Amino acid sequence: MKNRLLWPILALIALLLLNLVVTPSFFALRIQDGHLYGGLVDVLKNGAPTLLIAIGMTLVIATRGIDLSVGAVAAIAAAVTCVHIGTSPDVGTALAGMAIALVLCAVLGLWNGFLVAGLGIQPIIATLVLMTAGRGIAMLVTEGQIITVNNDAYRQVGAGFVVLPVSILISLAVLGLVALTTRKTALGMLIEAVGVNPEASRLAGVRSRTIIWTVYVFAAVCAGIAGLMISSNVSAADANSNGLWIEMDAILAVVIGGTSLAGGRYSLTGTLLGSLIIQTLTTTVYTIGVAAEVTLVFKAVVVITVCLIQSPKARAALSFRKVAVS
Amino acid sequence: MTESPPPVVEMRGISLAFPGVKALQDVDFRLFPGEVHALMGENGAGKSTLIKTLTGVHTPDSGSVLLAGESVAFSSPGQAQQAGISTVYQEVNLCANLTVAENILLGREPRKFGGIDFPAMRKRAAEVLARIGVHIDPASVLETHPIAVQQLVAIARAIAVDCRVLVLDEPTSSLDAGEVAELFRIMRVLRDEGVAILFVSHFLDQIYEISDRMTVLRNGTLVGEHLTSELERRELISKMIGRELGTLEAIEDASERHSVSGPVLVRAEGLGRRGAIAPFDLDIRAGEVVGLAGLLGSGRTELARLLFGADRADSGKLIVDGTPLHLRGPRSAIAAGIAFCSEDRKGEGLVADLSIRDNLVLAMQAARGWSRPVSRKVKDSLVEKYLAALDIRPANPDALVRTLSGGNQQKVLLARWLVTEPRLLILDEPTRGIDIGAKAQIQQLVTTLAAEGTAVLFISAELEEVVRIADRIVVLRDRHKIAELDGGSTIDQVVELIAGEPVPEEVAS
Repeated sequence: MKNRLLWPILALIALLLLNLVVTPSFFALRIQDGHLYGGLVDVLKNGAPTLLIAIGMTLVIATRGIDLSVGAVAAIAAAVTCVHIGTSPDVGTALAGMAIALVLCAVLGLWNGFLVAGLGIQPIIATLVLMTAGRGIAMLVTEGQIITVNNDAYRQVGAGFVVLPVSILISLAVLGLVALTTRKTALGMLIEAVGVNPEASRLAGVRSRTIIWTVYVFAAVCAGIAGLMISSNVSAADANSNGLWIEMDAILAVVIGGTSLAGGRYSLTGTLLGSLIIQTLTTTVYTIGVAAEVTLVFKAVVVITVCLIQSPKARAALSFRKVAVS
Repeated sequence: MTESPPPVVEMRGISLAFPGVKALQDVDFRLFPGEVHALMGENGAGKSTLIKTLTGVHTPDSGSVLLAGESVAFSSPGQAQQAGISTVYQEVNLCANLTVAENILLGREPRKFGGIDFPAMRKRAAEVLARIGVHIDPASVLETHPIAVQQLVAIARAIAVDCRVLVLDEPTSSLDAGEVAELFRIMRVLRDEGVAILFVSHFLDQIYEISDRMTVLRNGTLVGEHLTSELERRELISKMIGRELGTLEAIEDASERHSVSGPVLVRAEGLGRRGAIAPFDLDIRAGEVVGLAGLLGSGRTELARLLFGADRADSGKLIVDGTPLHLRGPRSAIAAGIAFCSEDRKGEGLVADLSIRDNLVLAMQAARGWSRPVSRKVKDSLVEKYLAALDIRPANPDALVRTLSGGNQQKVLLARWLVTEPRLLILDEPTRGIDIGAKAQIQQLVTTLAAEGTAVLFISAELEEVVRIADRIVVLRDRHKIAELDGGSTIDQVVELIAGEPVPEEVAS
């Protein structure tokens, strides 16, 4: 277990050190108006939505599934909430809007679960449906406009501070809750059993279908909350860009964290590390001033390196060469 | 059937070892043109390995393969096919979304101007189909045809090239009687054209209907080659399972046999599933060990899966404790106190990447639901109890099950169900592939459980084991329940029933 997390930890430290070299003040924290500011806090704050989605994705992937629709679901949550709030500055309206959005997300999760567990459609295809259709739904809700709101209560979700940014507190709370629920109850073990061997689990009497259904609903609700954070941070819902490609970042975070796409054993700590690596990487691109046109290439190189280091085959090949040279 | 023509295939002294297993030891095999030759043997006897050695999938460690008198060494199935050895496997290995003609000629399509000449391809495919008397449209898509026709298309593909040897590896396992008759008609046509056909099937009736000669293997060694007309069924079976009839009779029944007369725990009335097992009646009493005997493919596992709800029955009903039970799946069977250890430990039994502890409590936990976890204390005491009771090694509850030996994996699977305290325990091949010590422990455990009042349905390919352990033996043949024997019956009696020859006298208890 520890061994599995060793490389992600080293990668994260390396990235942070690189930032420190380029920007000596990167680790500096300062308190202003009771809020904590600094490079590290920025990483946490900006990484919160990805982390949240990656937590849901971890459980989905543990059951041998994948959820490509999370970005679209995030956009729907943002759209529904902002349209509901409209021009109202009320706390109540904001809360109601968010509640409606999250219930809707749960329904969308039920839909994904129905396609996967109910109809037996391959998860990648089943969730692709909502990935493409979801953006259309969000566009429909916003009527193709960018919906801006001016609601202090809503702004707290993505941009607020309680010493630390509220968004990261939410994500960490969900992480803790999931860790507690899956490891203190038998849910984690049953999820892993379904992921490792669905047929054996069925014959042992595990309610595989219900479990798979549940993780898709949970992933969709996580995506919904992430969508609220994203739109709240800028007080606007944009059906086209909210949560765009965030499913890729989330999947990457899970994989970097050491959870196999083949399903089975999962690591929430790994997912946390993976999310931090991805966000630190994005931040690094800005701090060290990588030219805009090579940003994606730079990210790609780092991701490929981390993945190669984790692959036993690649490591074997590398150490073989070292032995051969020496 | 004189032996005048020289054999088209001759394999001499073939030996092949896989890590830890001697798959084939010094096996000789001959195949003559214009004959249907059955390769016989129980599971693991080396039939598939021998076929794969012939078709170039495996390279033998020693020995030689002669094709039409010339020594050959194929390093791939493609080479074997070019030399005229075509193989049709049990499961149809074709592309369902392509047309019949494309499937028949895939990889050797007639060309024209650098593209495929489709009219020529359809014409050629129609010729091949006509040769075996199959009349379907070559331009139709394969998946629109039933599986039996797809099988025939696979044969057409095999004979589309110049084919001297046709290997049919269990082609009939998914066919019904009419379809088998059609397949046999085609086999006879090909045989009369001089093609040598190597045929593998677990259905004895079919073997005796179609084959001219047979070679029997057991545990990777050659038992003998016989003309089908000269080998009686019961002789064949005793050769396959490896006991002379005399010694079979001599085996003494050491364990005490008790006829159980308690109330019926589980009763099946006309329970059946099309294509799996014909409707059967069965009573199982508390404290009784019921043995299921029959050759591979006789419907042993299928029967067990119906009792457990792993597959849904499409006829009949299951009555537990006098109350009809509608099995919607394994969960309802488990709730009724039925447990099932699958013969496929890795695929359907254990969760390889989880620990011994997790595997052990999985069924119990599943029954309780996720929100009511088995407490650490209960888990530990259960794990401690069963690690010791079944002598599971390593006795480390955190060891991943994948790292355990076959015997220990089997014990973990058993323990998983014992934890749930079942009233009926179904054991499908619980002793297969495990060492002799573990085997004895498991047999002992079955006896102990029965003495404590658990009903056990015991399935094993080893008749000796079934006869020794069971209070009553249910005999299956060709997916039908054909008889019930009382405890104390001899292996001979079971063998005769399996062989399908009339039993000399009604078995008295």
